[in-house]
Amino acid sequence: MKLTLKIWRQKSAGTQGKFIKYEIDNISEDTSFLEMLDQLNVELEEKGEEPVHFDHDCREGICGTCSLYINGHPHGPHQTTTCQLHMRSFKDGDTITIEPWRAKAFPIIKDLVVDRSAFDRIIQSGGYISVNTGGTPDANEIPIPKDVASEAMDAASCIGCGACVAACKNASAMLFVSAKVAHLGKLPQGEVERHARVQRMVAQMDEEGFGACTNTGACAAECPKEISLTNIALMNRHYFNASFSH
Amino acid sequence: MILDSKTPDGPIAEKWTRHKFGMKLVNPANKRKYDVIVVGTGLAGASAAASLAELGYNVKAFCFQDSPRRAHSIAAQGGINAAKNYQNDGDSVFRLFYDTVKGGDYRSREANVYRLAEVSTNIIDQCVAQGVPFAREYGGLLDNRSFGGAQVSRTFYAKGQTGQQLLLGAYSALSRQVNTGKVKLYPRTEMLDVVIVDGKARGIVARNLITGVIDSHSAHAVLLCTGGYGNVFYLSTNAMGSNATAAWRAHKKGALFANPCYTQIHPTCIPVSGEHQSKLTLMSESLRNDGRVWVPKSKEQAEKIRTGEIKAGSIAEEDRDYYLENRYPAFGNLVPRDVASRNAKDVCDDGRGVGPTGLAVYLDFADAIQRDGRDTIEAKYGNLFDIYEKITGENPYNVPMKIYPAVHYTMGGLWVDYNLMTTVPGLYALGEANFSDHGANRLGASALMQGLADGYFVIPYAIGDYLATMPYDKVSTDHEAFREARDKVDNDIKKLLNINGSKPVDHFHKKLGKVMWDYCGMARNADGLKKAKKLVQEIRDEFWSDLKLTGGYDELNMSLEKASRLVDFLELGELMIDDASLRDESCGGHFRSEHQTDEGEAKRDDEHFAFVAAWEYKGEGKPEVMYKEDLVFENVKLTQRSYK
Repeated sequence: MKLTLKIWRQKSAGTQGKFIKYEIDNISEDTSFLEMLDQLNVELEEKGEEPVHFDHDCREGICGTCSLYINGHPHGPHQTTTCQLHMRSFKDGDTITIEPWRAKAFPIIKDLVVDRSAFDRIIQSGGYISVNTGGTPDANEIPIPKDVASEAMDAASCIGCGACVAACKNASAMLFVSAKVAHLGKLPQGEVERHARVQRMVAQMDEEGFGACTNTGACAAECPKEISLTNIALMNRHYFNASFSH
Repeated sequence: MILDSKTPDGPIAEKWTRHKFGMKLVNPANKRKYDVIVVGTGLAGASAAASLAELGYNVKAFCFQDSPRRAHSIAAQGGINAAKNYQNDGDSVFRLFYDTVKGGDYRSREANVYRLAEVSTNIIDQCVAQGVPFAREYGGLLDNRSFGGAQVSRTFYAKGQTGQQLLLGAYSALSRQVNTGKVKLYPRTEMLDVVIVDGKARGIVARNLITGVIDSHSAHAVLLCTGGYGNVFYLSTNAMGSNATAAWRAHKKGALFANPCYTQIHPTCIPVSGEHQSKLTLMSESLRNDGRVWVPKSKEQAEKIRTGEIKAGSIAEEDRDYYLENRYPAFGNLVPRDVASRNAKDVCDDGRGVGPTGLAVYLDFADAIQRDGRDTIEAKYGNLFDIYEKITGENPYNVPMKIYPAVHYTMGGLWVDYNLMTTVPGLYALGEANFSDHGANRLGASALMQGLADGYFVIPYAIGDYLATMPYDKVSTDHEAFREARDKVDNDIKKLLNINGSKPVDHFHKKLGKVMWDYCGMARNADGLKKAKKLVQEIRDEFWSDLKLTGGYDELNMSLEKASRLVDFLELGELMIDDASLRDESCGGHFRSEHQTDEGEAKRDDEHFAFVAAWEYKGEGKPEVMYKEDLVFENVKLTQRSYK
């Protein structure tokens, strides 16, 4: 198939960016979206132009490195990661607009590459259970009901890609933060620190410049791992309780 | 050079305990006087960095990804082995040890493997304490499943995302130490050389991938936890960024590289669909618990399937060849990976492959769905089935999956002794980056086990023994050795940018990958390897004269990053070929077609090849020199591996 691509190009953080239009031909429908961009980049490099920079790594939908705001949706038209999007989702002759994640807390580094280290700093502020290596009890000493373990697993499936922030009109990180709060808070091992954890993570989230949550649900609707909006409700409850217990 | 594995004396079950007691300790107040560099933040790196920081060492952790959470351990699907024997099905530390040595086709070091099996149980305890949400039974206790090469159920799992959950556990421990200030993180930073002062590893030179700035970092010890080199083959299940640069550059600074030809070709991957393809996707081995592998019995029917004339469903039961179940009744579809891969290749070479290219076999869930119901199968493998459907456009609940082997893991790596130290004092290699535990073939669910064993439970002891002998003083990064290393890295990058040829990096990488796959892949032979060596040399020459790079030195330049990694793959590829030529026997994943049993199984030559081949770099353009570490088997009897 033949496509027109409108891609955001920006040399570096401090320079002005703009959309550039590219034509690309001979794309097979079995090609992944990123492989289509690979093909464009080979053509650009052969012409002596700089390739389009975009983040990607595992290309199997789990590392959370790939991003891209495609035709107005983070990770494109389906609820999946960009690396798992295939060209059979597009039609011959389509025009595809590709932008980076847009959020104050995710500054642009180059072209479509953004800095998501704010997410790491939020986890560093409290997204863990405080245990050292060694001296832990036998794994079967704490029975955990299957449904609780399974709910924790669902929340823990977050890949930290940032699509929730990109989807949100306020660029809020509530879905990301709540997924970690819920994963750890639901488990007996993580319950001990649940109040301190939620307070520290929310404080860090605010400090990073993410917006407020107005419960539109765009985050959950676009999340490639289907992280549920109910995690946000659970986080609000933990946060509310924490303000009384301290 | 005499390779001293420093394997402790005594009965195998007591070696590690005795050794731990014999090792020197650094007292808590003195630990803060030592700096440790950890390169790579996958399971081995993140667990090591966190554990060492908890003990009190000052740690600097480096990764080329934008976050330590994205290291490729994240993509491991199926599970992690541990000898917990929660199932009461006859498992024990000794059995896990035995299965691993046998699975590795008797080419691993017994003492290391035993220690791995021994600490495996602690890993599960540690991960549960961190909040890793392993799958559970209705009673609230942990669930297990079985994996290839084992007749017990000892694999712990978190849906089909075990690697993700274990890595997020290690990442959370690491993040906690970043918060305490004991770990300083350097994401988007790539190590390009190791710095050696007075014969000891004392730091690294690394490039900031955003600014291009080349910086030096000094320390008392350096840990390489940088994964494997499967991307030599271009197409593999590794992440696009996975590379051999850190290990290879350490090799060029004196660390011996062991068994480079041992690569694992994973039997269950989604087949290649065309030239555009950039990577291959694994479908977890756990699928072989319920999926049945088959191809049509007749070539005629296979041909009709390939052309689309008939579909899999229209092949009658009696016309299907469930070749793994038929050939290996004891293990059936759960034979080890090397055996399953080779058999898939054999039936495809026989003209009975399916799919448009003929390079695929079926993995069929129809019987399992009928037996257990769709809901049960969905609960076990739902996310894997989704991945498959997204990539292929086919629904595996209705039609059998098509799979084919693909490069997945590299058992070879930097040679290390029992303390995980390379031949360079103070330079350690952990996880997939070292060679020690998996012999010539790694069993499923053992990579996660090894990465975490090395990081959580081995290095915290081993490093103390070394550091206790080191003075506290730090080496300044103004030292001559640091300056030389920086200059070399700077020159190498400029050299790449100044080639000004006509072809982008991927052109050369694809060419290298094809040669390696054709001649040094699932089957190898002397003539092919000779030919491949010449071809790789030609590609290397072409690369250095015709590479075209755009973009600059002092900015984010992903093509430059790829080119810099390919430089190392082009050299390592040749060493893999040399190693495969030297090893004139078949063992595990290394299958020399000259050496097979009457039934087509790998035929070892224990008399001549029961050794580790460790290669020493001798300088630009000079042949490497091989040193042997003889493998002694005192606890497992060497036999022809049988899964029948």
